Amino acid sequence: MIEVQKLNIYIKDNHILKDVSVTLPDRQITCIIGPSGCGKTTLLRTLNRLIDSVEGIRMEGKVLVNGTDIIHSGTEITELRRRIGLVSQRPFPLPMSIFNNVAYGCRINNICKGKELHRTVEENLRAVGLWEEVKDRLHTPAARLSIGQQQRLCLARSLAVQPEYILADEATSALDPISAKTVEDLFVKLKEQYSIIMVTHTLRQALRIADHVIFMYLGEIIEEGDARQIFQNPQHELTQKYLTGAFS
Amino acid sequence: MKISNNKRIKELIAKTLMWVSMIFVFGMVISVIWTIFSHGWKAMSWEMVSSLPGGGFYIGKEGGFLNAIVGSLYIVGASTLLGLLISVPVVFYLNIYLKTGSKLAYAARMAFDVLFGVPSIVYGAFAFTIMIFFGLRTSLLGGIIVITLLIIPIFIRTMDESTREFPRDILDATYSLGATKWETLKVVLRQIAPGIATATLLSIGRAIGDAAAVMFTAGYTDSIPTALSQPAATLPLAVFFQLSSPIPEVQDRAYAAALVLTIIVLLLSLTGRLITNRFSKHKV
Repeated sequence: MIEVQKLNIYIKDNHILKDVSVTLPDRQITCIIGPSGCGKTTLLRTLNRLIDSVEGIRMEGKVLVNGTDIIHSGTEITELRRRIGLVSQRPFPLPMSIFNNVAYGCRINNICKGKELHRTVEENLRAVGLWEEVKDRLHTPAARLSIGQQQRLCLARSLAVQPEYILADEATSALDPISAKTVEDLFVKLKEQYSIIMVTHTLRQALRIADHVIFMYLGEIIEEGDARQIFQNPQHELTQKYLTGAFS
Repeated sequence: MKISNNKRIKELIAKTLMWVSMIFVFGMVISVIWTIFSHGWKAMSWEMVSSLPGGGFYIGKEGGFLNAIVGSLYIVGASTLLGLLISVPVVFYLNIYLKTGSKLAYAARMAFDVLFGVPSIVYGAFAFTIMIFFGLRTSLLGGIIVITLLIIPIFIRTMDESTREFPRDILDATYSLGATKWETLKVVLRQIAPGIATATLLSIGRAIGDAAAVMFTAGYTDSIPTALSQPAATLPLAVFFQLSSPIPEVQDRAYAAALVLTIIVLLLSLTGRLITNRFSKHKV
């Protein structure tokens, strides 16, 4: 379980996240929604400390992953990132073959090699429904795949390193509707094994797949809770306005 | 209708300017190659590229300039390899380890820009002073070191430019799989392979064509060096020495040496491109 406690993030003089406290439930899809610039991606990228590379970043508060504070406890960041995978907005396959894209993470983390590596690659490509499409061209460049296939490859690549959590940053927004639906269905299937935290701009997508919803506005969490309750009976005026399209 | 005519005229002017520039550049290249070829071809023979200078070679008698061909290849090969080995870690550190906007990276880039513009004779004079200080004589090693110093700024700045365009998201994707900064090297190198090739070809071009720096450090000899401590001849100096001769046959031999130099650069460029195409097929 991931627990965020009184998290404040500053980038130089800008206060980006303000006193954010939230618990992200296991084996569910949590959708973070809110207008542009409200801090959704910052929150997401804090969970696996990818935010560290931002110049002038300062963090206060706690982020507990399975009880360990990842902000201050001197956590091994590379191991944390392996446990918390990321699927970004646009697919970014690594500049190597389809096979090596999935195998790369296994190799650097010494997860498996040889025949076992081949089996892992196949299993993960099957998990994202890509195996049948690419099994005869595993050693061709990943960049030659369609954008939808590339996004599924990126998901397979993340799954291959055996993460516990999957972060998805608007993972379907750059895809065509059919590919977007395929990836969305995959997330629903994957929640049985992984906890998925997803930033989305598409309210209809959140409505379809979210179990838990966090609504953010200007760096603060305005409302969070069970998806059905948030969508059907929002308590806060800002949430009501956002859900009815008064602002976006 | 008037706007459309205006647009057409602008397009025509732009096209004409581009054509004039293209013709100018091609004309220049062709005239240089023609001058080298027309003079050099007369003196070119198998003996010229396969034998060492005999007694009286520099007054038009028998022999060739194999010493300069081999010397140039030794110096270019070793300095390109050394330059690449030194430059890749620097570029990787500047772009991957230092944060965007780092003052150290800014200062380093400025220093390399300055070094990029320093004339090769200054490198030669600098290396010569150091060699005198340590009591060293002109040698193949001296030539290799000074040419390495000369091409490092070219390597670094050219590779640096292509690494700066490296998509940040690919790095994030690699980190998200649990990679350390060092483990991203393989990914970065594959992505910037065309940049490395360009840097290598530019460096080879500068290294093989330089006369001033090697004159002070590698010296010149009529034999092929068999040790790093022996002096080495180079093609640009072979051109220089023979071109200053009043004898027309010797001058033609200078053009033959220039022709060989051009062919070597062409062959190295083609090989470089072929190798790069092989390594950059996975580029995203």
